[in-house]
Amino acid sequence: MKLTGAQILIEMLKQEGVDTIFGFPGGKVIDIYHELAKTDIKHILVRHEQGAIHAADGFARAGNRVGVCLVTSGPGATNTVTGIASAYMDSIPVVIITGQVPSYLIGNDAFQEVDIVGITRSCTKHNYLVKETEELARIVKEAFHLARSGRPGPVLIDIPQDVQQKAITFKHPDKINMRSYNPTYTPNMTQLKRVVQLFRKAKRPIIFSGGGAVLSKASQELTLLAQKLHIPVTSSLMGLGSFPGTDSLWLGMLGMHGTYRANMAINESDFILAVGVRFDDRVTGKIDEFAPNADIVHIDIDPTSIHKNIPVHTPVVGDCKITLGLLNTLVDKEDFTGSIKGRKKWLTQIEFWKRTSPFIYNQKNIIKPQYVIDTLYELTKGDAVITTEVGQNQMWTAQHYHFDHPGQFITSGGLGCMGFGLPAAIGAQVACPDKLVVDIAGDGSIQMNIQEIATAVQFNLPVKVVILNNQYLGMVRQWQELFYDKCYACTSMDNTPDFVKLAEAYGATGLKATRPEEVEPVLKKGLSSDKTVIMEFMVEREESVYPMVPAGKAINEMLLA
Amino acid sequence: MEDKKYILSILVDNEPGVLARVAGLFSGRGYNIESLCVAETTDPLVSRITMVTKGDTSIVEQIKKQLFKLINVIKVYDLTGTEHVQRELILIKVNAKPEFRAEILRIVDIFRSKVVDVGPEHFTIEVTGSEEKLSAILSLLKPIGIKEVARTGKIALSREAK
Repeated sequence: MKLTGAQILIEMLKQEGVDTIFGFPGGKVIDIYHELAKTDIKHILVRHEQGAIHAADGFARAGNRVGVCLVTSGPGATNTVTGIASAYMDSIPVVIITGQVPSYLIGNDAFQEVDIVGITRSCTKHNYLVKETEELARIVKEAFHLARSGRPGPVLIDIPQDVQQKAITFKHPDKINMRSYNPTYTPNMTQLKRVVQLFRKAKRPIIFSGGGAVLSKASQELTLLAQKLHIPVTSSLMGLGSFPGTDSLWLGMLGMHGTYRANMAINESDFILAVGVRFDDRVTGKIDEFAPNADIVHIDIDPTSIHKNIPVHTPVVGDCKITLGLLNTLVDKEDFTGSIKGRKKWLTQIEFWKRTSPFIYNQKNIIKPQYVIDTLYELTKGDAVITTEVGQNQMWTAQHYHFDHPGQFITSGGLGCMGFGLPAAIGAQVACPDKLVVDIAGDGSIQMNIQEIATAVQFNLPVKVVILNNQYLGMVRQWQELFYDKCYACTSMDNTPDFVKLAEAYGATGLKATRPEEVEPVLKKGLSSDKTVIMEFMVEREESVYPMVPAGKAINEMLLA
Repeated sequence: MEDKKYILSILVDNEPGVLARVAGLFSGRGYNIESLCVAETTDPLVSRITMVTKGDTSIVEQIKKQLFKLINVIKVYDLTGTEHVQRELILIKVNAKPEFRAEILRIVDIFRSKVVDVGPEHFTIEVTGSEEKLSAILSLLKPIGIKEVARTGKIALSREAK
């Protein structure tokens, strides 16, 4: 049977189990859309291609599967670049399909031509320009394999229009044959035995988990190990949810806006088990003074993460889930009662740090943003899928919402991309139709992709948006207050739109709270609605996120208020 | 830590865009490329890139891992500090006025190089060898007047066990 390139693409997407695509049509993907319309693959029509890629990202994280995004050539493709970069930094499995001008026009500066493979080379795990229809099936299969295996990441496939139109005899590619790609899943056992001995020796141990632990679904193994050995756990922003946020061993987030106890503990520790982290500068602070006395074991599937920022003593290349599973087995064979007893002092010290510096705020006449998140946490019983934008809203969420499960907290961690939260929430809601999905936003970042409210309404996605409106680009304002003589250069946004009217204009529900006593009723009403809802909270304008480690300072040099 | 020169031999898929991926990795991460030489191997599906780079040990370790992470990179050999042979080829177009011609030919002879193009006013000389040899001949020809130079950059292969 002869199939066109477009038909082959659809056939291969079905083979890969794709049932949802986030996209936006255009001249160079008409053929694909024509075929797509004949299938039962759900297509979510976004309002801007950046929305499509973030939604595919949110879908991938919440649904634990590859997200797919389909856009046209030129501007359609370039509009996805920010979202691709975000997915790349956070290692999210996404396949991006872009249309391209016909192959005989490539290089001619044709209408809507852009070298998207060239542009995205440094922000994709891999990318392809399909030159012949005959290569298409194999490339699609490889792309999905690359996106989800090893350290996951975005993979882009650029398909010229003539390649989509040409009909060939279709043969299903049965096997992937990539001699140069073979990620290491199973770690070296000798290294693991060494790690077990370090567990025994450690007096002040700590586990530090990151996005890799979430991606490899290692939470169960991680939790088991920590509880078995009585080792306290902290996470990077991306690792939140990999260990239950309500467990007594939980220290809270590490880093620039981490908890006092997590930062103190990592610096005083004599042993760090780092699981799926990359020691980003937001976590380490000043590198030379990071955890000076600790023996560091670093588990990661990507060898380039190891020794990149921090020299480690025991590198373990492998999948986090498999590695922690093996460690659990090794630990079970030995008796650790002695070393656990020896840790009493350490746990008491941590308890002391915990009591001395909890997150504090004083809720008086004006709504405190932290109070909104605390109330949201209580009302949702910690069970919602939360996405965030970037800035203060993101940090307050990380501090005040306690995540018990992986995939529950969806944020643009590495790239720190404003405008991420709403489309990501749309993707998460499509992946988890029965879950409550809330985007916690600031008034600045929500306006970067506010148009996607229309998408949510069109597809009956009951996404809830909580806007913490301080009429500032709050995180930058905070830096200006602390480090730039309170010169609030261009960070005031006192002309924010009327979000309630805006919501209504889009066909969504708009609610607003201006006084503290309105917070709970507004949240209750909004959360119980089965529609798309924007809830706006007029919060204290100059509230800052504390504690804070100023950029370039050591991780234990924290400003507490 | 002190910067040192490293010589890497990288086998890659012989496909368009692969060199751009390798070069882009270096420019994007701020690594140095001192020289770069690419050509097909006996397997038409594979090319060999020989690259000289500079950095301290930890940077070069990171470079090797980052290179290997590229999907089209099949193998990365670090030849630094191992038994290997390395060569570089250089073409030198030198001013050859009658009064210098004999001197130039003497130098060519001493360096076991050869003249590959000749004109009334110039010789083009082909020399292969180590970096030291090439700099030596260049410094001898310089006073006579070098018009143009083209060099390949280093290529290298490891020695087989004896």
